[in-house]
Amino acid sequence: MTVAAIKEYVGVPRDRVENFNGKQLVYVSWDHHLLFAAPFLLCLAPQTSFRELVEGPLTALVQPDPDSAAIDWTKVEWLKSNQPWMPDFERSLADNGIGHKDQIRMRTPGLASLSAAA
Amino acid sequence: MDMKVAKKKLGLKEKYRLMTRDLGWEPTYRAKDEVFPYVNYEGIKVHDWDKWEDPFRLTMDSYWKYQAEKERKFYAIIDAHAQNNGHLNITDARYLSALKIFLQAISPGEYAAHKGFARVGREFPGVGTQVACQMQAIDEIRHAQTQIHALSNYNKYYDGFHAFADARDRIWYTSVARSFFDDAMSAGPFEFMIAIGFSFEYVLTNLLFVPFMSGAAYNGDMATVTFGFSAQSDEARHMTLGLECIKFMLEQDPDNLPIVQGWLDKWFWRGFRVLGLVSTMMDYMLPKRVMSWREAWEIYGVENGGALFKDLARYGIRPPKGWDDAEKAIDHMSHQFMLGLYQWSFGTSFHSWIPSDEDMDWLSAKYPTTFDKYYRPRWDHIRKLAAAGTPFKNFGLAKLCQTCQLPVVFTEPDDATMSCHRETEYKGEKYHFCSDGCQHIFDNEPEKYVQAWLPMPSLFQELDGDIGAWMNWVSLRDGEDNGDYSGSRDQRNFDQWRGMATSNT
Repeated sequence: MTVAAIKEYVGVPRDRVENFNGKQLVYVSWDHHLLFAAPFLLCLAPQTSFRELVEGPLTALVQPDPDSAAIDWTKVEWLKSNQPWMPDFERSLADNGIGHKDQIRMRTPGLASLSAAA
Repeated sequence: MDMKVAKKKLGLKEKYRLMTRDLGWEPTYRAKDEVFPYVNYEGIKVHDWDKWEDPFRLTMDSYWKYQAEKERKFYAIIDAHAQNNGHLNITDARYLSALKIFLQAISPGEYAAHKGFARVGREFPGVGTQVACQMQAIDEIRHAQTQIHALSNYNKYYDGFHAFADARDRIWYTSVARSFFDDAMSAGPFEFMIAIGFSFEYVLTNLLFVPFMSGAAYNGDMATVTFGFSAQSDEARHMTLGLECIKFMLEQDPDNLPIVQGWLDKWFWRGFRVLGLVSTMMDYMLPKRVMSWREAWEIYGVENGGALFKDLARYGIRPPKGWDDAEKAIDHMSHQFMLGLYQWSFGTSFHSWIPSDEDMDWLSAKYPTTFDKYYRPRWDHIRKLAAAGTPFKNFGLAKLCQTCQLPVVFTEPDDATMSCHRETEYKGEKYHFCSDGCQHIFDNEPEKYVQAWLPMPSLFQELDGDIGAWMNWVSLRDGEDNGDYSGSRDQRNFDQWRGMATSNT
């Protein structure tokens, strides 16, 4: 739908990828691990490999959760844009099809130390 | 013989008629549409502007008299508060976090409301409307000023107050309130009235002001109680203006109903989000609590709001679309916010803290179905991390909602263990939301919300993610204004000064 206006109304998005100095945004969250109040916002080069994302910022960020040491990264289930999805750890974000502002979710069935008992 | 005839004193109604009689002239050398170019494009049909009555009919001379009297009382109390070290009468300096958030996010909103009412007072053609909007514009700027003056006294002693204007413009969490008012001010005059005059002032204001002012009273903060009372006496007029406006639109033409309903849906949800932090203030930030957010919602949301929408049902109005989702969020939101504020407290110009055992017992009593089940385990773990010397700081920054600009701290309405993930694509760009309510608002006017200045992404666009540079830019003094209350300068000073005031050591 359109904005009611007295003349043509066109909005210019503020956070297009070209405004990020060659990098892009990626959102990452860990299902049922709400010690982290919101999904993480990462700003990375599209050439970053998925392994670098995981072993770098992601591992550091999830460290405060008591389940973090028990994560078996080979068994994590991934979602992208809320759909099941399989990343290739050796390939870049771009080659994995992770676009600017994509939301990635990880699931670790069985790990739920701080989560409510169902 | 000459008789002395007493000059007839004019009644208020007569005075008002005389005051406004020359304002409603018919333009002769310009078309009416040119003089009032913004009243038609929103689609609201008006057949008779005279039907919009100003029920208060307050004339300027009595308006100035009332307001001047209130100002005199207000400043007398503020002076007394300053001279008698009123700041040492508050229960605990933790209470100040609520004031800091208020000053950084809400007082600027009063100023924004002033600008908005000044504008719509010019844009509406009806005389009664123009006068009422003008008076409200003056009220709102007075509210902003009295709040800033009242709180400036705390700035002499405590951190986090010194740069509220920079915080208002730049710090991440104030963009929530700012975007709310920017959204209203960039809408047409009728939508503005529904947004601020009705949804904010009428439906939601009691959830903000009543708990806030009773919170201040409970916690010994007479300065805030005073500006609260001084403002609250204007609110009756504001609420009437908002209600008058919505009834006027609905009575003028049946075609107005769907437009008005759409605005109600939108602005209820926006208001609910922007006032969400009040829940945290009530449940966590008041050392001496008045009532829980849940209890406040029962009174001011369910009872008062429910009665209001029942009253409007005769026009075909139904309760706002997000009402049920709001109800489902009530037992969760204060905890979700406070957990966020604590882990991002390196980036807030106020302090947060880990609730004590006593606090947590109060929370489980007030939230028997949610606190122990979902939130206590997280606080217990956070406390363990702090005790181990590795206090929890989440440097991941946060995904923000494109519409309300809050960090996406919310869970699915029916599953409190799952973050609410909502996204959409518009013209090749991805956008994320905290809720169905915020996504609907975006979907209705995407061109408006794609322009959002989201503070977290901007940190990377403009400062390459450099948190230190960002702190300088927002005038946040690291180690003073931010972080855990425990061990803060505010805590040290308050305890020391209060000790000096109450003992001989």
